Amino acid sequence: MQNHILSIILFTPLAGATLLLFVPKESKHAIRWIANLFALAGLLVSLPLVPWFWQQRFTAGFKFVEGTANNWIPSIGAGYVLGIDGISFLLIMLTTLLGWISILSSWTAIEDRIKEYYVWFLVLQTGMLGVFMALDFFLFFVFWEAMLVPMYLLIGIWGGPRKLYAAIKFFLYTLLGSVAMLLAVLFLYFYNFHQTGQYTFSIPALYQTAPKIFHDPAYGVEYAMLLFFAFFLAFAIKVPMFPFHTWLPDAHVEAPTAGSVILAGVLLKMGTYGFIRFSLPFFPDVVMHPKVRSWMIALSIVAIIYGALVSLMQKDMKKLVAYSSVSHLGFCTLGIFALNPAGLSGSVLQQINHGISTGALFLIVGILYERRHTREIAEYGGISNVMPLYATITMIMFLSSMGLPLLNGFVGEFTILQGTFMENRTWAALAVLGVVLAAAYLLWLYQRVFFGTVTNPKNEKLLDLSAREVLTFVPLIVMALWIGLYPKPFFQILEQPVNQLMATVRPNYPGASLAHASTPAASAARTGGQATMIPAKGSN
Amino acid sequence: MVSVAQMFEASDYLMSLPILLLSIFALGILIMDLMMPEEMKWVNAVTAFVGVLLATCGVVRIQHALDLSHRTWVPAFVGSMVIDHFTLYFWYLFLAGTAVAILMSVHYMDEEREQHGEFYALMLFSVVGMMSMAAGFDIVLIFIGLELMAICTYVLVGFLRRDRRSNEAALKYLLLGAFSSGIFAYGLSLLYGLTGSTNLAVIRERLTHDLAQSQNHADPVAVLALVTVAAGLLFKIAAVPFHQWAPDAYEGAPTSITGFMSVAVKAAAWAMLLRVLGMGLYPLRLIWVPLLIFVSLATMTAANLAALTQNNLKRLLAYSSIAHVGYMLLGVVAYGSAIENAAMTDGVKGILLYLLVYTFMNLGAFAVIASLRRRDVIGDDIDDFAGLFARAPTEAVLMLVFLLSLAGIPPLAGFWGKYFIFLSLIETRHYALAAVAVLYAVFGLYYYMRIASAMFMRQALDTEPVRAGGAMWGALWVSLAATLAIGVYPEPFIRMVNWSLNATQNPAFANLIK
Repeated sequence: MQNHILSIILFTPLAGATLLLFVPKESKHAIRWIANLFALAGLLVSLPLVPWFWQQRFTAGFKFVEGTANNWIPSIGAGYVLGIDGISFLLIMLTTLLGWISILSSWTAIEDRIKEYYVWFLVLQTGMLGVFMALDFFLFFVFWEAMLVPMYLLIGIWGGPRKLYAAIKFFLYTLLGSVAMLLAVLFLYFYNFHQTGQYTFSIPALYQTAPKIFHDPAYGVEYAMLLFFAFFLAFAIKVPMFPFHTWLPDAHVEAPTAGSVILAGVLLKMGTYGFIRFSLPFFPDVVMHPKVRSWMIALSIVAIIYGALVSLMQKDMKKLVAYSSVSHLGFCTLGIFALNPAGLSGSVLQQINHGISTGALFLIVGILYERRHTREIAEYGGISNVMPLYATITMIMFLSSMGLPLLNGFVGEFTILQGTFMENRTWAALAVLGVVLAAAYLLWLYQRVFFGTVTNPKNEKLLDLSAREVLTFVPLIVMALWIGLYPKPFFQILEQPVNQLMATVRPNYPGASLAHASTPAASAARTGGQATMIPAKGSN
Repeated sequence: MVSVAQMFEASDYLMSLPILLLSIFALGILIMDLMMPEEMKWVNAVTAFVGVLLATCGVVRIQHALDLSHRTWVPAFVGSMVIDHFTLYFWYLFLAGTAVAILMSVHYMDEEREQHGEFYALMLFSVVGMMSMAAGFDIVLIFIGLELMAICTYVLVGFLRRDRRSNEAALKYLLLGAFSSGIFAYGLSLLYGLTGSTNLAVIRERLTHDLAQSQNHADPVAVLALVTVAAGLLFKIAAVPFHQWAPDAYEGAPTSITGFMSVAVKAAAWAMLLRVLGMGLYPLRLIWVPLLIFVSLATMTAANLAALTQNNLKRLLAYSSIAHVGYMLLGVVAYGSAIENAAMTDGVKGILLYLLVYTFMNLGAFAVIASLRRRDVIGDDIDDFAGLFARAPTEAVLMLVFLLSLAGIPPLAGFWGKYFIFLSLIETRHYALAAVAVLYAVFGLYYYMRIASAMFMRQALDTEPVRAGGAMWGALWVSLAATLAIGVYPEPFIRMVNWSLNATQNPAFANLIK
């Protein structure tokens, strides 16, 4: 089973979707139960991965590798190859957890055409998991694109009033980026062929040749930059980085609650994951190029501050949370392009944190919306009087999102800022503004919605959380506390892939170890023993 | 000089077996139809279908004979026909497209109350024409095949006698088609005048020789011949600026014929284009490559922009098929500008695979439109698709699959066509062209998704359920199975395309590489 664990995790949701096709659409109860059972099963089958992965957390290279290169379409060199490292492991666990939570949260929220809804949702789940598992670029691309279709339909069918516009905008925007990426990867494919005489889309194989383009007299810096830009377009749109973020508020506001949770929790992470998995190791010299790097940092900082300022002005709760995502994802990209161990591992951890906190924030907004069918902040006030349990949970998640110490957000943001500070103090000083503003918009929102007396008579009879709703929050709160109180296991999991990245991108970086993750000596000993799949540049 | 005895080979009859079979069946249908009572007309469709199946068996037989002789190509009829894997590939393609189109027609022509035997006979005759075009290695045979196919199609387009749109479409198509055939024939006659031969291999040789003599300065007459021939070819594949007939003809024609035209007729035109431009006029590639770059850019631009605002589905799919031609032309550009052997075949490979996947996904989309046809409803307006999911969930989901495939979303078949075209462009260093092409692919998604959003996200205007007949379901499921199978596991199909090009020995492509 250990050999096929990734395939099992990948296809459990799809199996559920297939089964649902044969359930008549009138039996709503059966559909809900089957969908929830498969979502839970998807989470449960991924749990054995935790101890298994933990045992090999310091081993080099990809783990649980399934399939051999080029076994799918030998004629073009594409293979069904799966495998994970610490980064994808954390994101996969986040995906299975959030997938289950979102499906559970849809129990009463979705009344219309529920069979289709669950079918698309489960298909989406498989698509997202595939993106994080694929070790073949072609396979990755198939999942990356195929996943757009269910998301398009989820927004377009079950969305709000401007759903058609939001859905197509999301689809077109993302497709534009991904076709640019396809062209770039075809270039890498031919480059790899000219270097090695082999046609393959295998990611480890491309890791070997892609970095050489920069130094190749036949192509050189311009080509490498252009290729980096094509990948950047795909990932920056997905993250979304400023100024490619405009699809995000539309999609979030119109999507159904569970769709927003998945969109914010997982889909956006595909962009940051893409930067880490592809942009950095494919083009190490480009990302280290001062011009490129300062642009990336500048865009991240603008996103952090701009997103926070726009959040401050929102009248719609969901839009506020959506813009706060832009700000938080700015931290993640900032960490990536700080290009040191603290920045990178902080960034991955912050991606997980954002999934937990913002996922919870969308659930919180969804719960009020389901009861009152409005998200206008002005409609509310004094909610803590009628829904005390809800108000408490909201407070915890708000604090986690704004980065209060002892909760998860703090650890992520702190590590990123630490990494940034080591590179350039001005960058860190500017980025810190985002933390301050986050406290402002979240606390102000909390004050307006929850404090005071109930002013609107419609809010007097609101029901507090049901057991099912509490259940959706429990795992998120547990995770938030765990990461906040004892993040060491997470950093240990990230240590190996981060060091490997550092070895590729900045082989000369002094002290390539995480001071707060493990003892420097132990860490150095481990890094020394790594036969990396990504060779240091120049070592042919 | 060929002796008289050599002109009559018994193997010629084997090599033209599918052509003969189809002709016999077509004539048989015409005679049977006279004796058939009104309610028995479906027998004609069955006969035509059997004819197609038998013709397929004939092609298999030829392939077998070819394999046994350990040759990859044989000439027939004194070299005016060449039977190679390229020919066989196209023959299979025509027969598959025709079989699905016949399945679509049975129920649809009943709804139109135009169930006549001639319909199927004309379809079979036009396939005979297509087969001659694909196998033709002599410009006279190619031209005769083209005219046979075109004349049958003119009639088929106007087959709905009582429908004014159909009549108008047929007349427009006839006039413009005849005009373009004239230009094409003019170009061919110039070629004959220049080279003194009608055989493509000889034409190629003489042109190469002449170019070498004049230090690569092409003879103005050769350029004129090239331009006129290219205009004729581009008209037949409906590339801008010779595309105006397509939206009208597609809209007016019976829906099953629209499907048939957009796949089989178009594939035949492509076979002809690859033979004539790729083989005969290959020496002039320095002239036709820039020409085709311009044409393909214009085609993608005009078709994608026009498709954005169409409300009639058949028109929309007509523009989309013009746009697809634009992508495919880029494959010819890659072929013409390649220096390496592999890069050359990659462009053509892209076109062949594109035609294969396009056959199924486009026929599937037209089959869904045809299944909506009822006595009083045309069923080809975008409003007729509103809320289709509520009325006919299966059809709606099938249509979604076909549309996504047309848009080129993996893992569906349509993606592979685009993939190989982009691949060949990157391989031949046409980076800017590739960038423009992918940009238009995004445009494409928008208009395909307009249909999808009408089906899934709008309320139904019409609540009557859709009733498709058994044969129609056959057409739909075959298209779906092919679209999914090619999409998820393209390996055997890519091998088939490689086989059809058989790059090392094929006279059409191989001996160019010297």
